[in-house]
Amino acid sequence: MTTEVAAVRIPAGGLRHELRAASVVWQREMIRFSRDRARVVSSLVQPVLFLFVLGGGLSSIVQAGTGSVDFKTFLFPGVLATSVLFTAAFAGISMVWDREFGFLREMLVAPVSTAAILTGKCVGGATVATLQSLVLLALAGTVGVPYDVVMLLELVGLLFLMAFMITALGLLLASRVKTIQAAMPMVQLIITPLMFLSGALFPLSGLPGWLTVLTHVNPMTYAVEPMRSVVFARLDTDAATLAAFDPGIHWGDYRVSLGLQVLVVVLACLLLLTAAVARFARTE
Amino acid sequence: MGEQVAAAVRVRGLVKRYKEVEAVRGIDLDVVPGETFGFLGPNGAGKSTTIKILCTLVEATEGTAQVAGFDVARDRDAVRRRIGLVFQEPTLDAYLTGEQNLRFHGELYGVDRSTAAARREEVLQMVGLWDRRRDAVQTYSGGMRRRLEIARGLLHSPQVLFLDEPTIGLDPQTRASIWEYIRELHRREDITVFVTTHYMDEAENCDRIAIMNEGRIVALDTPEALKRAIGKDRVVITTDDDGAAIASLREQFEIEAAVHEGAVSFAVTDGAAFVPQLFARLDVPIHSVSVTRPSLDDVFLAHTGTTIRDAERGGGNPFAIMARGR
Repeated sequence: MTTEVAAVRIPAGGLRHELRAASVVWQREMIRFSRDRARVVSSLVQPVLFLFVLGGGLSSIVQAGTGSVDFKTFLFPGVLATSVLFTAAFAGISMVWDREFGFLREMLVAPVSTAAILTGKCVGGATVATLQSLVLLALAGTVGVPYDVVMLLELVGLLFLMAFMITALGLLLASRVKTIQAAMPMVQLIITPLMFLSGALFPLSGLPGWLTVLTHVNPMTYAVEPMRSVVFARLDTDAATLAAFDPGIHWGDYRVSLGLQVLVVVLACLLLLTAAVARFARTE
Repeated sequence: MGEQVAAAVRVRGLVKRYKEVEAVRGIDLDVVPGETFGFLGPNGAGKSTTIKILCTLVEATEGTAQVAGFDVARDRDAVRRRIGLVFQEPTLDAYLTGEQNLRFHGELYGVDRSTAAARREEVLQMVGLWDRRRDAVQTYSGGMRRRLEIARGLLHSPQVLFLDEPTIGLDPQTRASIWEYIRELHRREDITVFVTTHYMDEAENCDRIAIMNEGRIVALDTPEALKRAIGKDRVVITTDDDGAAIASLREQFEIEAAVHEGAVSFAVTDGAAFVPQLFARLDVPIHSVSVTRPSLDDVFLAHTGTTIRDAERGGGNPFAIMARGR
């Protein structure tokens, strides 16, 4: 045993320190993800079911109205978004487990901001969710979506952004839920409606008024719609099909541009993250 | 570490009120740099609340507290950089390895990367976990986990190490070994240790102790001085009729005795010399007698009028339950 003490220095705060903290929180998510094979596999089952079973089953009856596009092709971006939704929501809600097993405290008592820790968590959740969606992206060809490199990159970017938003939402939920038992009903109550009201599984055109309102206040709609636009831009379709399946989002008579849709998602990310930070900073 | 620090911990008029309970009722405290300071008392005495205020986890209702020269309310992060924390409840990630837990901590505390690896090895060697560093924490025993938490608390070379009930829930042998590590610490590190415990025997390991009961510090000195101040031996007898024995003690010897933990207990100046008189003059048959030199349990009893176990069992202290649920 040595008697010499290797005392270490800790520089005072600053942005660099905050980034290191966020980065190590992200690394922890990566380590845990790589160790959790069951989670990887199980999270892929649902989207594949949606795509091939729901999509395959419904395409026979909706074929009449879809013109030149297979229903499964229409469903593809929505299913991508859905797969990311559940993985990212789980990544955020996993903070309940961190609380239960005490690790949350280790993070919150460190001399760094809560914002740095939660940002690391969000980037971690978004990375994990996006990595998983790559498996689905690889299946694009089987449902008639071309392997266009730019489109694939755009989709990855949009998926990452959406996953960040949903992880932040998961964190906000986790700040309210104190026990693991209460976490699962929360997913059912909040996350599942987000999926059904986002236009991921049906087109936004010709919906009843109340449903139109609900889909338009759902931030996930603004993440799904750009993905669909990106995919449909590469398809060879006629105007009628496009109007039915990729009608875009309208605020009154104003057609919301793609850039504005993405901006809505970015703002939702910031808003949810800020709210989660405020709540976690207060919990101790 | 060239900072001049007057007191490692300095507390003045500290009060903490939760809605209906006054957990801490005005305490003053000075901890000298380099000492092991014990904070004793039954569960619910306010120890954990006090330590949480000192660690910047809970805000005081009134009063001030400085740790390593910084105010816990105003300079939160400055305090946090200078303290190590080991909580009652585990705070490790069981899915990560021991070393990964330390690496996480080092990054979170911004430990200089050029020295981080050497420091990790040093603290792991110190608690005897270097060989197990690549194993997931879920394969560790309770004692190993606590040692890893202590190593982690030391990783960023804190000036003050706070240990909140570091031996709770551990078997006696492991408890003894944890104290071994704490003593060893002082030989290796320039550090102040602030430790809470409700095991009176453990407090013998401290340089000075404060005894806390119902939110107040009732005694503060070295363990030796506290025991000396009692000045009396403790005599514990079991009898046929405890009530009659207490009455008889009062009548014959003018001694105030009380029943604690199922036996009649009282204090006299010279216990060994008193026993023959006791048998000669007490009207009640005696089954057994024991005479002990004062212990810290007696110190607690003398200052609070109750044994530490009775204090914990005793109802009427909703805070005991509250504090644990917190």
